[in-house]
Amino acid sequence: MAMTNLSERKSADGDDLAAWLRRLSPEIDQAERGGRQCGSAQLALQDFYAPDMAERPGSFPFSRGVSARGYLDDHWVIGMYSGYASPRETNARFKALLATGQTGLSIALDLPTQVGIDSDDPQVLGEVGKVGVPINSVDDMLALLDGLPIHQVKQMRSTANAIAPMFLAIVIVALEELGIDPASFRLFLQNDPLKEFPARGTWIFPPAASLKMAVDVVEYIAVNHSGWQPQQYCGYHIRDAGGTAVQEVAVATANGISYLEEARRRGIDIATLAPTMFLFLAAGIDIFEEAAKFRAARRLWARLLHERYGVPESACHINIFAYTLGGALQAKEPFNNVARISYEALAAVLGGVQTLATSSWDEAHSLPSQEAANLSVRTQQILAHESGVANVVDPLGGSWYVEDLTTRLESAILAQVAQIVDCGGSVSAIEDGYIEDILAESAYREFQDIQSGKKPIVGVNFKPREVESEWNADFVLPPGILDDVMSALGKTRATRDGDAVRTTLERLREAAKAGENLVASLIEAARARATLGEMTDTLAGVFGRHAGSAMTVGASGDATGSGGSK
Amino acid sequence: MSATDRKNTRGRVLVAKVGLDGHDRGAKVLTRMLGDQGFEVFYLGVRSTPRQIALKAFEEAVDAIAISLLSGAHVEVAHAIRAELQAAGIDHVAVSMGGLIPLGDAEALHAAGVSRCFHPGRGDDSPTAVAGIFDELVAQSRAGAESKS
Repeated sequence: MAMTNLSERKSADGDDLAAWLRRLSPEIDQAERGGRQCGSAQLALQDFYAPDMAERPGSFPFSRGVSARGYLDDHWVIGMYSGYASPRETNARFKALLATGQTGLSIALDLPTQVGIDSDDPQVLGEVGKVGVPINSVDDMLALLDGLPIHQVKQMRSTANAIAPMFLAIVIVALEELGIDPASFRLFLQNDPLKEFPARGTWIFPPAASLKMAVDVVEYIAVNHSGWQPQQYCGYHIRDAGGTAVQEVAVATANGISYLEEARRRGIDIATLAPTMFLFLAAGIDIFEEAAKFRAARRLWARLLHERYGVPESACHINIFAYTLGGALQAKEPFNNVARISYEALAAVLGGVQTLATSSWDEAHSLPSQEAANLSVRTQQILAHESGVANVVDPLGGSWYVEDLTTRLESAILAQVAQIVDCGGSVSAIEDGYIEDILAESAYREFQDIQSGKKPIVGVNFKPREVESEWNADFVLPPGILDDVMSALGKTRATRDGDAVRTTLERLREAAKAGENLVASLIEAARARATLGEMTDTLAGVFGRHAGSAMTVGASGDATGSGGSK
Repeated sequence: MSATDRKNTRGRVLVAKVGLDGHDRGAKVLTRMLGDQGFEVFYLGVRSTPRQIALKAFEEAVDAIAISLLSGAHVEVAHAIRAELQAAGIDHVAVSMGGLIPLGDAEALHAAGVSRCFHPGRGDDSPTAVAGIFDELVAQSRAGAESKS
């Protein structure tokens, strides 16, 4: 086609070919030496591209990103999640990570710790140290931080949710005993217990009490440690439980609103609080839908903060932490997951996230191996330093397709949030089982789409190979670990002042009954070496425990659920 | 439960997650899928204990139990469930396990009384294939119950 036009033109105009080519290729900026250029052609690049009246990156409502400079000065933070076996083993792994120049640590907690049960409780059969590190008391936190170059640790993240107030107390006492200035350090808590009910499942207390305790943490940090990050409102787990991209952001936003409402009721200044919050989302593989999702999530949150809470426009940006979607990984032909994780990471970066964690390709089989975890860091480094995707801010901005997707996703998300609000808000929607039901429905629909082939998964329902995966893995802990954990806990129990433990726990019980902020009482209990399990049991004595939910499906396939708290 | 009720379903299955791991997407999908295939299914929710499972299995006179586990504690859990089923006098009920169950643990689980293991990435996970496996488990339990009576 082009060739035909070319020859017609030449004969009509009588021009020669070279002159014609020059006429159609006017001024191309020759990049100044030292200026930013694109890959091999070395054309000069602007920081961002936008027609005059269009939204600029770093301006309200932040669909184009939280800062005007995007990744131009600094790439996103590569956040990895680690922790296993015992405080001592995890301490050694953290030292190795810090030696490679990593500045943020993320503490993966084992499941007993996440649900407030001590390692020596008979209920925790086989789970101590399996998916993270056990933290039973301040002594374990001291062992975890022992000898770490704390000046280098700019940020310490943790998955504490239902136990966030107890975890905060344990960290504060440990910093105090180590003589570390809390202001030199940033604690970054997940502290989103509401999402534990419909997804992830490490709830302890009923939803309303959980909301109260989460905001106790927010309030305590707002007053005493204003540089810390008290909360991420989370969509990731909603998505991984089977939710759609719309449900993911909608449930996270609805939960975020519940925390903000309670914070406002207590007189916490939302304009100061909002910029310390993070949004934690999944990065799925549908590149443009995902990029648009991050843009929509930022925009609707900014509008909410400004229009409902009166936050000044400049403080309405929400930082996003993205994790590549674990549920998208396949156990069949597991190496294919390397490609999936790469595209998911690309989608997150095109969406302008601030921190990105990448899964490891072997996670559909077991906990990640060291080599697979290294590969997932390398995946991000290749994206940051080789791919050129970070050369301009919000490269998708202005794409008719992506802008339209962003706008329509935002509308769909807001409509879903409205439905949750119609149920009476997050807490009621959780108690009624509404959120759990919509997620189970979406998960089943996706399963059916994979079975029917409507949703192709390469190597699974699309051109599967006959060979069975021979991949095998195990969950064996290094020898002697359990003995270490138990003897440390035994030593804590044997050497503490039993009266101080009883008194501080009694004071905690009274604070809980009186509806006070619990963090100060928890700090006293943690200092006296009350264990996490003892603090949790004391609070459960006042607030009760969530009962979980069950479901019966008749032979017709009709589901009836029974949710509820006790 | 009367004999007529039994005839109307392909079998009664109890699905549960044991231990503290709360990721139950797979357990819920299995529950719905077996329901669509004509089974009557009870999902007991996350953090079910071996004793709760045995009690529910007894109360509902189930023909098979499906345990989902991602936390790595499967071998310990299998032994505990077997002991509780024996204590409840229903050790004829067949038990299957799925989730993150490494291939290498299949033998140990078999020895602990687990009739079928579903390993990541292996075997046919289509509804008809899985329902076929549950037919076998149901038949195994019913044969076991008859030989006892």
